[in-house]
Amino acid sequence: MAFLVGVAFAIVRMKDLLAVIMLLGIYSLLSASFFVAMDAADVAFTEAAVGAGISTLLMLVTISMTGRSEHPVRHKPLLALAVVIITGSLLIYGTLDMPYFGSAEAPIHQHAAPRYINDSMQEIGVPNIVTSVLASYRAFDTFGEVVVIFTAGIGVLALLSVVRRREYTINDDSFNHSMHEQHLILRIVTKMMIPFILLFAFYVQFHGDFGPGGGFQAGVIFASAVFLYTMLFGTSTARQVINQSFIQLLAATGVLLYGSVGIVSLLIGKEFFDYSALSADPITGQHLGILLIELGVGITVASIMIIIFFNFVGRRNNLQHKENEGD
Amino acid sequence: MLLGLYNYWVVIVLMMVGFYIVIAHGNLIKKVVGLSIFQTSVFIFYISMAKVDGGSAPILAEGIKQYSNPLPHVLILTAIVVGIATTALALALAVRIKEAYGSIEEEEIQKKDNQIC
Repeated sequence: MAFLVGVAFAIVRMKDLLAVIMLLGIYSLLSASFFVAMDAADVAFTEAAVGAGISTLLMLVTISMTGRSEHPVRHKPLLALAVVIITGSLLIYGTLDMPYFGSAEAPIHQHAAPRYINDSMQEIGVPNIVTSVLASYRAFDTFGEVVVIFTAGIGVLALLSVVRRREYTINDDSFNHSMHEQHLILRIVTKMMIPFILLFAFYVQFHGDFGPGGGFQAGVIFASAVFLYTMLFGTSTARQVINQSFIQLLAATGVLLYGSVGIVSLLIGKEFFDYSALSADPITGQHLGILLIELGVGITVASIMIIIFFNFVGRRNNLQHKENEGD
Repeated sequence: MLLGLYNYWVVIVLMMVGFYIVIAHGNLIKKVVGLSIFQTSVFIFYISMAKVDGGSAPILAEGIKQYSNPLPHVLILTAIVVGIATTALALALAVRIKEAYGSIEEEEIQKKDNQIC
C-alpha cells in the first residue's frame, strides 16, 4: 500500500509523460497484487490484464501522436492544493465512523452477500460465486455494462476511424521489416507466446464457472494477444488477418447473443435472464445460460478492445504519412 | 484504531492525488492518468470493504467456512473493463483535440478559443 502511494506521488512530479505512463503501469500491477492479497482473484486478473497491459499500450500510442512532454504549470497550484487537502480531511473524518477493515460484522456483509454465499450452490450450481452473481443474479446489470463498453467502442470508432488508403501499405511493410530484423529475440519469443496466451484466454473463458475468470478477463487477454501480434508484424499484416468489419460484426454479435439469451427466457415464460427456463433441469439451464452470456461478454470485450487499438494505431500511421508528405 | 482504518486512509490519499492531478495539471493526458488513479483508488476502497478476516476467495470449496464478500468483486470487475473503455474514449478525444488545436495543453487551447471569438 505504501508503494502505491509512493508511485502515485512520483506520477504527480514527473513531467515526462512516457515515464508517467510507465509508472501508471507499475501502479496497476501493484494494485492487482493488492487485490490478490484481498482474496479478489477475479478482480486482480482483470486489473493485471487491463491496467498493466491494455491501458498502458493505448496511452503510449496516444502520446506518440500528441507529444511526450508536459508544459510546466504556470499559475500557482496553491488553490488546488487547498481544495484537495480540505476534501481529503473531510473524507478522513468520514472514515472515523467506518467499520474496521476485515471485521465480519460490517454492515456490508449482512445484506445480500450471505444469500449469495449460502444459496448460490443450490440455485446456480457454479462454485465461483463471483461468476454466479455476475452472470445470473445480476445479469441485467452486467448487460448494461456490456452495452456501455460497446457504446464506448462505437464512440472511438466515430472519433478516430480513418479511410485507409492503399498506397501507404507498401511503405508500412518495409518500415516494419527493418524493425523486425533488429529485434530477432523479441520476435521469436513473442511468436511462441502468442498461442499460449490465446489458449489461456479460452481457458479463462470456459473455466470461469469453476475458478477465477470469465468473459471480461478472457476478452482482454485475447485482445492483448492480438495487440502483441500487431506490434510484431505491423498493422497492415494484422489487418489482413483480422478484418475490421468482421470484428465490428463480432462486437455487435456478442451484445446480441447476451440480449437474446434474456429474450429467449422471456419468451419461454420466465423472467428476463432467468436461465432455469432454458432447460428442463434448472441447474443445467443456469449452466447453459451462464456459458452463453459469458461467451457474449468475451466476444464483445475482445472485439471492442481490438477495434479501439486498431483505430488508434491506424490514426497514428495516417498522421505519420501526412507528415512525411509535408516534408 | 490506526490499523483498522489504515486502508481507507491510503485510499483517500490516492484519491486526492488523482483529484489534484485532474484540477492542477493542464495536460490532457496527465488528466486522464489522474482520473485513472482516482478510479483505482475507488476500486481499492470497494475491495478493502469486501475483505473478511480469515476469509477466503469467494469460490465455493469443501472445508471453507468464511468467504470474502463477492458482491463488491463483481461490481469492480466490470467497472475495470468499463473504465478502460471510457479511458480509451477520453484518449480518442485528446487525439482529436491535438489534431484540431495542435496542442493538448489546456491554456493553449483556451488561448486559441479566445482568438476565434
